[in-house]
Amino acid sequence: MPSIDSLFGIHASALKLREQRMAMLASNIANAATPGYKARDIDFSAALQMSEDGQSPEAAIRYRIPVQPSLDGNTVELATEQTAFAENALAYRSSLSFLNGRIGTITRALKGE
Amino acid sequence: MTNNLSIFDISGRAMSAHLVRLNTTASNLANAGTVSGSESTAFRAMKPVFRTVMGEAGQATVQVDRIDTSTTAPVKRYEPTHPLADKEGNIWEAAVDSAAEMVEMLETSRQYQNNVQVLATAKGLLSETLRLGQ
Repeated sequence: MPSIDSLFGIHASALKLREQRMAMLASNIANAATPGYKARDIDFSAALQMSEDGQSPEAAIRYRIPVQPSLDGNTVELATEQTAFAENALAYRSSLSFLNGRIGTITRALKGE
Repeated sequence: MTNNLSIFDISGRAMSAHLVRLNTTASNLANAGTVSGSESTAFRAMKPVFRTVMGEAGQATVQVDRIDTSTTAPVKRYEPTHPLADKEGNIWEAAVDSAAEMVEMLETSRQYQNNVQVLATAKGLLSETLRLGQ
């Protein structure tokens, strides 16, 4: 019998990672005015590979290299963070719709329609 | 100390920190024109200092660490007819840079809006996840 993980494929772990990345980007946006804060992000493909291999994806956290660092040591660039956040939200939505489609398929198969 | 922060904690606490910042800006602007009879009692601009609060796995939120008082000296003005003037006829104007405070206000409100937007997006995504399979 297939486990729930193989039922949903890569999107189950992708959704979890997307949520983690969303919290991380939200942290960056929250700290946009904090002196000395260093923006961080997840290397998504590396993190996905790690969680597929059963490792903790925390090793895929990287510091963002700023285009133009500010004098107070803060490396948050709002334009970058906002684009990354929007892209991440869209990818989360697409994972959700893939999952929805999969659930729909299985439900139809179960009902025998 | 590490603690698990939800996205609502992160943005919510950032919003309250920015509200404190907006409040100090409002106080500074409200006191921009005030005069005083001595240098020590003259109003000096206040400025909050933010500090990162770390959570688990790269999450972080922000809180107000302390509120600093500006080191800019109040402007001394010779105005002997003023009711608050001291023996030499001097009064002190509040050490507030109105233009800088206006810029501060704009930046704060933009960042508050950013956090609200993050919260709205996260809320939308999470409620979509709740409806998964329906």
